[in-house]
Amino acid sequence: MTPYLASLAGGMLLGLSAALLLVVNGRIVGISGIVGRLLGGQQIAPNIAFVVGLLAGPMLYTTAFGQPPVVTIIASTPLILVSGLLVGVGARMGSGCTSGHGILGIARFSKRSLAATATFLTSGIVAATIMGLLR
Amino acid sequence: MNRHAALRLLVALLAGTIFGFGLALSGMMNPARIAGFLDVASGRWDPSLMFVLGGAVIVAVPGVLLQRKMAKPVLDARFHLPEKTGIDARLVIGSAIFGIGWGLAGFCPGPALSALTTGLAPVALFVCAMAAGMILQDRALQKVLP
Repeated sequence: MTPYLASLAGGMLLGLSAALLLVVNGRIVGISGIVGRLLGGQQIAPNIAFVVGLLAGPMLYTTAFGQPPVVTIIASTPLILVSGLLVGVGARMGSGCTSGHGILGIARFSKRSLAATATFLTSGIVAATIMGLLR
Repeated sequence: MNRHAALRLLVALLAGTIFGFGLALSGMMNPARIAGFLDVASGRWDPSLMFVLGGAVIVAVPGVLLQRKMAKPVLDARFHLPEKTGIDARLVIGSAIFGIGWGLAGFCPGPALSALTTGLAPVALFVCAMAAGMILQDRALQKVLP
């Protein structure tokens, strides 16, 4: 499968998951919301079920394709820690991340999510481009 | 636990599994691919991740249109959707901070959790730092910042 086709098919599965949880459970697929609520002790059971699925998915992929998905780490340990902190703080402060704002928010034509997505794409491009120039 | 609540757990597990499989297939789990997409000055820009967002939205939109015709979700008494509509400073500043973190190491929350299955130590470190950041925001910054 070409990267483009795999990316399109994978993206469509993300959309399917979002549509399913919305129509059947009435909830937004937003990973930072799900993890944040878990950490805050809210709606433990359904949120744990979703996170277990997030781990089961790549394992199924590994079984289906005979090799695990490629994960190439690009940052040093200190940078990983800083970036994790920023992602955690920012996603909760901004009420969402790439999933809730980027997929569901855009699909719901939410102005807030469009603004959030435009913002994090811009700052992400700036950060990644500077990192690329320093590498 | 009533029957609907039990079924909701099953649907959450299924949705999570589809999402995790989709992340693995799409390339979103690979920080090197994220960097190839976000780093626009590398001279070898990789636009393939645009197809992830495009594919996701194409399939999610019919779901949203269907949801708007429904009085309530299949397995719950009401929809649990965001109520805020205005664009405020927290939204923009938070999203800007999130994007910087995403661009620095190439991980966002879903792919980072899914990538725990690789057993790589930096992934676990990232997830711990992300959880700490979420707790810091929800329990401290939330009260300090306007």
